[in-house]
Amino acid sequence: MSLDKDTVKNIAYLARMRVSDDKLEPLAGELSAIMDWVEQLQELDTDGVEPMASVAAMALPQRKDVVTDGNCQAGVLKNAPDREDGFFTVPKVVE
Amino acid sequence: MTKLTELNIASARDGLNKGEFSATELAEAYIQAVEAGRDLNAYITETPDVALERARESDDRRAKGAHIGAMDGIPIAVKDLFCTEGVLTTAGSHILDGFVPPYESTVSANLRSAGAVMLGKANLDEFAMGSSNITSYYGPVKNPWKAASGSDAGKDLVPGGSSGGSAAAVAGGLAMAATGTDTGGSIRQPASFCGIVGIKPTYGRCSRWGVVAFASSLDQAGPMTQTVQDAAIMLGAMSGYDPKDSTSANVAVPDFEAAITGDVKGLTIGIPKEYKMDGMDPQIQALWDKGIECLKAAGCNIKDVSLPHTKYALAAYYIVAPAEASANLARYDGVRYGLRVPGDSLDDMYMNTRGEGFGDEVQRRILIGTYALSSGYYDAYYIKAQKVRTLIANDFKAAFEDVDAILTPTAPSAAFALGEKQEDPLAMYLNDVFTVPTSLAGLPGISVPAGLSADGLPLGLQLIGKAFDEATLLNVASSLEAAAAFNFKPDLFNSKGGASS
Repeated sequence: MSLDKDTVKNIAYLARMRVSDDKLEPLAGELSAIMDWVEQLQELDTDGVEPMASVAAMALPQRKDVVTDGNCQAGVLKNAPDREDGFFTVPKVVE
Repeated sequence: MTKLTELNIASARDGLNKGEFSATELAEAYIQAVEAGRDLNAYITETPDVALERARESDDRRAKGAHIGAMDGIPIAVKDLFCTEGVLTTAGSHILDGFVPPYESTVSANLRSAGAVMLGKANLDEFAMGSSNITSYYGPVKNPWKAASGSDAGKDLVPGGSSGGSAAAVAGGLAMAATGTDTGGSIRQPASFCGIVGIKPTYGRCSRWGVVAFASSLDQAGPMTQTVQDAAIMLGAMSGYDPKDSTSANVAVPDFEAAITGDVKGLTIGIPKEYKMDGMDPQIQALWDKGIECLKAAGCNIKDVSLPHTKYALAAYYIVAPAEASANLARYDGVRYGLRVPGDSLDDMYMNTRGEGFGDEVQRRILIGTYALSSGYYDAYYIKAQKVRTLIANDFKAAFEDVDAILTPTAPSAAFALGEKQEDPLAMYLNDVFTVPTSLAGLPGISVPAGLSADGLPLGLQLIGKAFDEATLLNVASSLEAAAAFNFKPDLFNSKGGASS
């Protein structure tokens, strides 16, 4: 098995996703099966091949560095689960 | 007169132009059909008020002799991955609970400007991750088709995915057409499962702005329709350069409908030998052979081509797509929109929100992507997969030096029963074996219904085209459609299942 329970626990933390302890073992099995299957890519010789980041054969377009949008605080905050005085709120991060 | 809900875009357009019925009558007929068809669970949100308002506006335009758009008065379903101003947008996920976008996606705005009437937001796999529409937080969608025989006879079948609600709505007469999105096959595979047409255009043809992102280098919107002509009409209305999407292609949008001439004589169609997989269902092979014969009879030349890296496409996809997804889905943090599950600290709140808000398949893919991008594995998995992607794109480039389009099956099977393949993620991924290579190469692909399985279920064939040559692709697809003469509809009122023509 390429991924064990502790590895799953660690990547779940990296992804900031709570995974209950009883799900770690089955997930390790499922993810290992997927990663073992992906291993077939190693059969291919890819030396000297450029990695493809985008299929669009074009340079990213540039635009003038000017404000194109704004003055929409209410719209931005409208869907927030919690807000106060025009700000998003989060649990206390500074003691 | 034909029932209004049995019309397609082209025939409804004619009827509206002649004044045989109004857009409001059309919308009312569909609103009733949507209500009567709720058992399919094709819609997450129905928007009858929006539909009636837009239909009235369309009727007003016609009455005043104002400019009439390509989709004026046409009732459509919008996959619930497109942000729609003032209308709940869920992406099929718990984590977007209550999210009402203050803006409209470019594609749905383009359709609205073309006069389209939105009936509602179609169900989908959560964040478009799935091949059977079973991962939606809002429950699975039922395929309007039922098998007449075999082990699945009479059972509820999946509509395919991820655009399963869109496909079921169109096949079941709950929308005249629908938008879909396709990352690895999410338009084409459900189109095949539901007996309709679905085209994933070239990457960059339709703007991704305002579409909830899954894998940004692969995601493309496209139409799901009853006919190839309808697909051409609707694709024209959806397409176009959009400065708000940095990967939107600044190329002209041709008149796709006019490109369907019925003349495909002398075009060369490639048949890739690597798609003849071991253990392939003989029915799929027979359908493919039938497609070859159809195009031959229409005057096409048939040529064997090789796409040597085909067998590695799925594995590369299942690194690239989850890696991009893990980055894109980092934005769901319980702060700015959607679900928040409280916690003792900021980290705790993030973890609780994302642990509860994402379903199993989305969590699996986020974990795979996070792993593939994590320190020490980045080169071995992510860069390797991107290199394999280059090889796959080069395969197509070489093949398209000799051919105008490529013909393959769309999916390895007909629709299967709800609950099947659910426990094994890998078995589910194999549904996209024929569609994923096209996505990795960014090329346009269209699924055309071409026949029925022995059990009476629809099967589709896929045509793949050159980049930005949807015009040729649609023309060939239309010839294939005419020759295959798939004139079947699901028999919604026959509990024993089967098809009626």
